Formats: sequence, structure tokens, C-alpha cells
Amino acid sequence: MPLLSVLIFFPILGGLSLLFVERKTETVRLVALVVSLFELVFTLPVFFLFDKTTHLMQFREQHDWISALNINYALGIDGISVLFVLLTALITVLCVLVSWESIQEKVKEFYIALLVLEGAMMGVFCALDFFLFYVFWEAMLIPMFLIIGVWGGPNRLYATIKFFLYTLVGSLLMLVGIILLYLGAGRTFDVIALAGQAYPFKLQLLVFWLFFAAFAVKVPMWPVHTWLPDAHTEAPTAGSVILAGVLIKMGAYGFLRFSLPMLPQATIAMLTPMLVLSVIAIVYGAMVCLAQTDLKRLVAYSSVSHMGFVTLGLFALNQQGLEGSILQMINHGLVTGALFLAIGIVYERTHTREIAAYGGLATTMPVFAGFFMVFTLAAVGLPGTNGFIGEWLILLGAFRAQPVYAVIAATGLILGAWYMLWLYQRIFFGGVGEQVRSLIPLNVREIVTLVPLVLLIFWIGIYPDALLDFLRVSVGHLVEQVHGATGLAEAGQTALMPIP
Amino acid sequence: MPISLLAIPFLPLAAFVLTLLLGKQMGTRAHWLPIIAVLISFCCAVAAFFRVQSDEIINQDIYTWISSGEFKVSVGFLVDQLTAVMLLVVTSVSSLVHIYSVGYMRGEAGYYRFFAYLSLFTFSMLMLVMGNNFLQLFFGWEAVGLSSYLLIGFYFEKNSAADAGKKAFIVNRFGDFGFLLGLLLIFTQFGSLHYAEVFGLVPNIDGKSIHLLGMEILLPTLIALLLFCGAIGKSAQIPLHVWLPDAMEGPTPVSALIHAATMVTAGVFLVARCNPLFALSPFALDFITVLGAITALFAATIALVQTDIKRVVAYSTVSQLAYMFIACGVGAYAAGIFHLFTHAFFKALLFLGCGSVILGMHHEQDLRSMGGLKKYMPITYWTFLLASLSISGVPPFAGFFSKDEILLMAFNSGSPAGQFAFWIGLFVAFLTAFYSFRLLFLVFHGEFRGTTEQKKHVHESPLVVTAPLMILALGAIASGWFGIPAGLGGSNHWAQFLEPVLGHPHVQLSHGAELGLMLISVAAGAGGIVLAFFMYRKRPELPSHLANRFAGAYRVLLNKYYVDELYQFAIVKPSLWFSQHVLLRVFDIRGIEGVVNGLPRLIGAFANKLRLLQDGAVSHYLAWMGGGALVLLALLLTRY
Repeated sequence: MPLLSVLIFFPILGGLSLLFVERKTETVRLVALVVSLFELVFTLPVFFLFDKTTHLMQFREQHDWISALNINYALGIDGISVLFVLLTALITVLCVLVSWESIQEKVKEFYIALLVLEGAMMGVFCALDFFLFYVFWEAMLIPMFLIIGVWGGPNRLYATIKFFLYTLVGSLLMLVGIILLYLGAGRTFDVIALAGQAYPFKLQLLVFWLFFAAFAVKVPMWPVHTWLPDAHTEAPTAGSVILAGVLIKMGAYGFLRFSLPMLPQATIAMLTPMLVLSVIAIVYGAMVCLAQTDLKRLVAYSSVSHMGFVTLGLFALNQQGLEGSILQMINHGLVTGALFLAIGIVYERTHTREIAAYGGLATTMPVFAGFFMVFTLAAVGLPGTNGFIGEWLILLGAFRAQPVYAVIAATGLILGAWYMLWLYQRIFFGGVGEQVRSLIPLNVREIVTLVPLVLLIFWIGIYPDALLDFLRVSVGHLVEQVHGATGLAEAGQTALMPIP
Repeated sequence: MPISLLAIPFLPLAAFVLTLLLGKQMGTRAHWLPIIAVLISFCCAVAAFFRVQSDEIINQDIYTWISSGEFKVSVGFLVDQLTAVMLLVVTSVSSLVHIYSVGYMRGEAGYYRFFAYLSLFTFSMLMLVMGNNFLQLFFGWEAVGLSSYLLIGFYFEKNSAADAGKKAFIVNRFGDFGFLLGLLLIFTQFGSLHYAEVFGLVPNIDGKSIHLLGMEILLPTLIALLLFCGAIGKSAQIPLHVWLPDAMEGPTPVSALIHAATMVTAGVFLVARCNPLFALSPFALDFITVLGAITALFAATIALVQTDIKRVVAYSTVSQLAYMFIACGVGAYAAGIFHLFTHAFFKALLFLGCGSVILGMHHEQDLRSMGGLKKYMPITYWTFLLASLSISGVPPFAGFFSKDEILLMAFNSGSPAGQFAFWIGLFVAFLTAFYSFRLLFLVFHGEFRGTTEQKKHVHESPLVVTAPLMILALGAIASGWFGIPAGLGGSNHWAQFLEPVLGHPHVQLSHGAELGLMLISVAAGAGGIVLAFFMYRKRPELPSHLANRFAGAYRVLLNKYYVDELYQFAIVKPSLWFSQHVLLRVFDIRGIEGVVNGLPRLIGAFANKLRLLQDGAVSHYLAWMGGGALVLLALLLTRY
């Protein structure tokens, strides 16, 4: 069975099938939930049948598509993409659940957009043909644009156009890069074949920056991060969750899948600027969080900081850094996704994102306070939660490669605790404010939405090897691809040699 | 691995989870699960102790926690002499505090939450001392920090409590920053984070130095100091001591357990555990000694003038922890752990005594409203007196032996740092006795200074509160007898027991000199007591007289040397200002957003201008057409 094709097209068809469902919102929601749940079930065989001992692509599918240009419909996943497929399916289910009551208008259209978006995201992670990848990459943009632009907050048009333009500029530059590689490699879009070529350094460098334009915007890296706070603040809860949970992982995934293996010399040559941008993002994002007065903006900037960790680990270019980076993307998807879910839940009750309007919620909503505490702890990387594993591996990788960046990044630990605990205090502690006096406690649907996230946070924190096992071989292969091509031993071994 | 060992940390964990989930339904019976769990843990800890005593050391991995490339670390347990001692301290004090809390916390909102957190703390602390590798230590380290945060902020509706919890966590993170870097460095140097492997390879780095951030530093010194950063935070030494006094916002049983007996001693445990590493760096050891001496003096002077009953004891804790570091710094790790052991009992007793007083006074904590409580609270008084004698170093109480051992070892070390610490330590012993008895006299002797309403309600605490006091009093008396020094005809079983892990520095002094030192330190303690008696019993007008006379110094001490204000002014405010006004306003909004929004605006403006060309006037179009034709013509002509 073409499992990956099913994963891509089942939600799209499921979403389109909503067109034929009657306009009763209950039915629409139920169908959407069933579709997303089935999609989650379909990922289980991927999880259990995945062979962790090989770096080769699995569940491959290949069909001619546009033969004249040698464009194929090629799918497959390896250890680097498999976890994202699982994450996407899980996050989408949660998004369906959290939108249950918060989306009241154009319900049918909303769920169509959400499910089509899920299919496109699956496509991005599964595509092994660069052209196909590009198609899915751009296809994602449209439903996301609509989700923010139609169901968003008061300033949604500005936010959505900003989001669209930012990403589109990046994407178009990437397209140029793709075409340059296509020509340079003798007219192929095959991702594996493209990675096997040795391109002239100048071409690599040019394409590296063209790709960078697309991926850095998506991550987002500093200084092209300013679309994110606006998009997050204006997006409906489900939009924020998808954005934080999956969409911004695409940028880092792009670096992993394309820039690193295809352009190894350019990557190594450009390490310093990449690492510098990463640590700037970590510290800058965290400090700006201290100045935020809006719940969602704060979490958005914390994303910038956390994604700085991700790119730091990525460009450490060693096993620990890369594994930590991928794990941290999953962690960030779960934790920041969870934070946006939680904010959505409380926003539905208070209709304000102003932090100052809160206070004393631990008294009025104790169970919710417990959930939020877990998410906060995971966000500050407390050992025992998933956040620690990712940050630790990233710091270790960075320390082995270039200690100075690890030292700067580690200050993020202090700042992270500062802004997150301060946020927690302002929402949950202190006297009960006027606006939050009569909040209703969490209902069953909301608890069901949050519980899986809590379980995953602790499961990954206590037994991360379950996920790291997926990464080991593929990441090892990637490290070889990058360093093998440049004839360097693994970076970092040399940097910290004791003086005899 | 024997189940009885696994039960030590995991029973409290189970109690935490169950109590958190079901405690609300259990109402006033929510304390049962945590108490049963910690009592069984205590029994298992005693069993473990005897196992270790018969030389059965356990070091076993349970499962691989994280593995990535060459990096691998397990969850595993090490139970050796040092761990065995810590297990006894943690489980015994924790058990007593659990029982005490049944009385102290009765009727509080969130009763079940309190006991759940106590269990969480007990689990975390046990993981900290039982881990067989650095990363598990770090897990315990952060988890006790979390429990501390939750318990300090237990009365979260009070802003001061919420602030204090947050402050404790963040200040500790400053220390953890160094600690974490130390762990990274250890792994890159030794290829492992497991104690046995790291300490086995330690001789390899002796004398090596590295370039880091443009400096050349001796590797053992760097590692030792980075690890010590963590200890500075957790054990509240200068300059990260500021969180501990504020932590008194937590319920008093918490102060006794976490902020006196166990968690704050984790830093001492860390240094003792890593003694093979620290031994390679004389500089780091001297640094620890000197910092310990300074902190001891610094905190003791603040304790002299505080008026909040718990704050006096809190500063006393900072000062006593510093004593333990002095011991570690001069290489007498066993003496440090000895003081940790005795201190756990007499300081927990002091805090729980304070709690009993606070309970009897209906949540009054100001010394100025107390006095004469002796006759209302006899059990509390007598146990408090025993603890005060113990901390003041009066023989034959526990504190005498451990404190004396530290001063002896400092003097014995012969290094300038050791000498410095000895003299300061001696003076601090005097101050300690003084402030301890000042507290005792102000609370229990003299006339009652509170309102008559308060006076009517003062009462002795119930048995569930006083029983733990009496048990701890036994510890405050006798826990020092494990380490009776050779100078008094003993054979110091304590140091011998711990020698396989901690070693034992050679004592060069004769028994006579040892006895002489002992006399001096006892004299210092006795002097403090006498002075306190003179100032607070004989001439009670003297303290305020002195305070007026030396108003400047008094104010400085009362305001804790203005360290909090300094941090607020030099770190917190500037960071917030910088984030708000520079990063957000200038960089983000004006800089980046300026470009992002400016570019489309620029294009729009240009398009607006361009649009004017198409204004509908035919004559203009004609002119443009003519002009264009001319330009083309010119181009053609110049070409050919």
C-alpha cells in the first residue's frame, strides 16, 4: 500500500469530502475529527514498521510525473523525517479538538483548510523530488493564509499579508536555487541524486544563500522573525498551534534535507554567520519576551529563542547537535503547541491576551494551572521533561564544535526561566483579578486535548531513546555526508584539545 | 539491584503522583500516603546504611537515559558511604517534617497539595544523592529546585510568596549556568558523565590547561569552579545567597526540611562527591575556603539584627553552610559532611521550634511581639534551648563536635586560606552563639511584648508537633557522638567510615594543641552566650542604645548590606530596560519592522509617482511618445 500517498491525500480528500456534508456544524466537526484520527492511526504503521537500522529512504514511491523535465512523484522518509510525520498527525488532531468551540463561523471551510494543510505538510516531509517538495511547500501557504486571514483576530489582514509576502519572497529565491541545482546536477530533481553531486563552491555558496532565504524565514531566524509574532497573535488558536507545532519546523527541516547534504562545503564555510545568528536569536528572543505584555506575542518570541537552539544544534554539525536539534523541534512542537493550546483555552473564557488582565488563575482554575505548569517546566528545560534532553544535546554538540556559542546559548537557560516563571506568576499567582473571577473549569474535551501532550513531555524526558533511536543512523549518515565531502574530521574534536 | 534500594526514591514519587491526583478527594487524610511512603523509605535507608557498613557498595545502571553518538548516560544508582549518610539525613528529617506538618498545616487550603509537594521534594532529593552520574545529579538538582519553588510559593495568592519562589528558581539558574558548562566540559574531557569513570580518569587532566574564550586556564581549576557555581546557588553562598532569606515565605516545615536540613546542603554534597576533581586544584579549594569564610561572617553579622524569627535562622543557615564549605576547602570533606549531618538535626529543630512558636502565636513572626513564651510553651522552649546550645558549640552537644572538627582542620591545613578561615570561623562561632541566644532570650524570656489579645491565645503546640521536636532534640544532642575526636579520647568513627570515599587529611597537631583549640572555640561560644545574656537579659535597653549609637552600621546590617537593592539596580532593572527600550523598541519595531514595512511603502510610493505618468492627457502622452522616439533615434545613431 502506498502508505505515504495515503498520508498525504487522505486528509486532503477527507477535507474536500466536507463539501458534501450538510451544513450542520456538529457533523462537520465530527467528520473532521474522524478524518484526523484516522490519519493518526495511519501513521502508526510508519512508526512501527520503520527500520531504524538504515539511513536509506523507506516506504518509497516513485512515479513519472512531468517526464519532459524529469520531474517525478517521489516519496520516502528516513529517520530525519519520520518523526515530523508523526508530529504533524498528532498536532492536527489537537487542532481539530481545540477549534471545537472557538471556531463558530464558516466552520466547514475552516476544517477543509485545516485538513488540506495537513496533507500539504505531510507532503513536504515525504517528498523526495525537489519540485514536488516545492509544490507542497507553496501549497501549505494557501490554507495557512486563509486560516489567519479569515478566522484571525482584528488585525488579521496585516498579519496574513506580512506572513504571505515574507514566505513568498523566500520561496521564490529558493525556487531559483532549486533550478540552479537542477541545471548543475544534469537535470534532476531527485533529492538523493542531488545530494550525491559535488557542485562548484561558488554555485554552492549562491544556492546556500538562496535556500537560506526560504528556510531562515520559515524557522524563523533572527532578523527575519518579525512575521511570526504578528501571525501568532492574529491567528486563531489552531493556526498558532499548527504554526508553532509544525510549520516553522519546515525551515530547519529544509536545512537538514537540502542545504547540509547538497551544499556541504558552503555550509561549512558559512558556519560562523549561522551560529552567530542562532545565538542572537536565543538571547534576543528571550530578552524581548521580558518586554512583552501580550500572551501570544510572548510565546511567539519564546519560539524565536527556542528555534535559535534548534539552528545552533543544526550548525554544530555533529551527532549530538543534530540529534538534539531534531528532537528539540519535536519538543518545541509539543510544548509551544501546548502553550498556544492553553492560551487558546483561557482566551475563550476571558477574551483578552493582555497579561496584566490575568492573575490568581491558580485559585479559579487549579487543574489548568497544573497543566500550564508542566508546559512551563518543559519550556524552561527542566530535566525530566523533553525540553531538557533537546537543550542538553544541542549545548553538548555546540560545546564540542565551538564552545563560545554554547556558553552564550546557555544564558538562555537563565533568561528562559525568568520570562516563563514571570509569565506564570502573572497569570496564575497573586490575588484573583476582576476579569477572571468566574472562569469555568476545564471541560473534558479540553482535558483530553492536553493530557497526551503532558504524557509525551514526560515520556520523551524520561525515555528519549525511544525517539533518538529513529534518528541515530540517519543523522550519522548526514554527518558523514557533510564532513566526508569536505574531508574534515568531525568538527569540534579539534577545537577543545587540551594544551599539552 | 535490590528492590529495597529502588523503593527509597520511588515510593515518595508514587506518593506524589497519587496524592496530587487523588488528594483532593482524600481531604484531611491526604497526608497518609506521603507519610507511609517516607517512613518506608527511611527504613530502607537504614537497611542500606547497614549494608554499606558491611562494605557492600552498590553501583548499578538501570537503563540508558540518553544516548547520542559517543554520548551515553544512564539512570543508575550509587550507594556508598557518602550516599548512605545522606540517605539517613534526608529520610529521617523528611519523615519528621511530614509528621510535624500534619499539625502545622491542619486546615490549610491546599493541604493535599502541600503533602504531594513534600513527597516530590523527597523523591528529588533522594535522586540527587543516589545518582551514579552527573546528569542524574543534575536532574535531582533541578527537581529539588522545582519542589522548592512550588513550596516557597505555596501561599501563591500572596505576591511576596510568589516573588520569593520565582527568585529562588532564577537565582539558582545563575549557578546552574556554570554547573551545566562544567558538565559539558567534564564530558568533553573524560568522555563520560558517570562518577566511577570520570574519577578514574581524573589523574589524566592533572596539570593540563586549555584555551577558553581567549584565556589559558588550568583544566581542573576550571571544572572545579564551574561545578562550584552550582553549589554557590544551591547552598546560598555569596553572591547568590539572596534567595534563601526570601524563601522563608514558604510554610515553616518547608524551611526546616528544604532550606536548612537537606536541599541547601546539596552544594556541600556536590563538592564532597567530586573531591577527586577538587583535589587537583589548590586554587579552587582555596577559593572555596575563602568564600566560605567570608559568607560565614557576612551572614552571621546580618543575623545579629534581624527581627523576623525565621530570617534570623535563615541567615544562620547561610553561615553554617559556609562552615561546611570551609571544611571542604581545606580538604576535610568528612568534617564538612559531619557538620552537614549534625546541622540537619539542630537546624531543623530550630526551624520547627520557630514553627511551633509561630503556631502558638497565631502566625506572628516578629520578635518584637514575643517574649516570655517559656512558661506557655515549655516543650518548645526546652528543645529550642538544646538546639541553641548545639549550634553554639557547647560540649557535649552535637554542634560542638562538628564545628570543632572544622576549625581544627582549618587550622591544621596550614595554608593561608585555612588560617584565614580558622580565625574568621572562630569569630563567627562567637557571633553564632550570640545571635542564637539573642533569639532564644527575645522569644522565650523576659516579658511578653505582644498584644493582650495575642497573650490570651498563646498555647503550646499539639503532640504531633512537639513529638518531632523531641526526637530531633535527641539528634541535636547525640548526633555528634559519632565523631568524637582523638583529642578527647575518641577515635572519630565518622571520618573512618567515610574515608573510602572522602579520604582523610593527616592531622599534624598534637592532642594537646587539639585540646587547646577546642578550649578556644568553646570559649568563643560561651562568650557569645554570655554577651547575649548580658545584652538581652541584664541590660535590655542596651541593644537599642547601640543601634542608635552605630545607626549607620545598624542600618546596613538590617538591610542585608543592600545586596538585593544592588542586584535590582544593577541587573534586573537594566535588563528589563534594555529589553523594552533597546531590543524591542529600537531593534525590532523601528529597525527590522521599519525595513519590512518600509520596503513595501517605498515600492508603493514609487508606484504612486509612476502612476502619474498615466494621467489621461493626450498631449502628455504625445510628448512622452515624441521624447521616446527621439531617445531611440539617438541610440540608433550613436550605434551606427
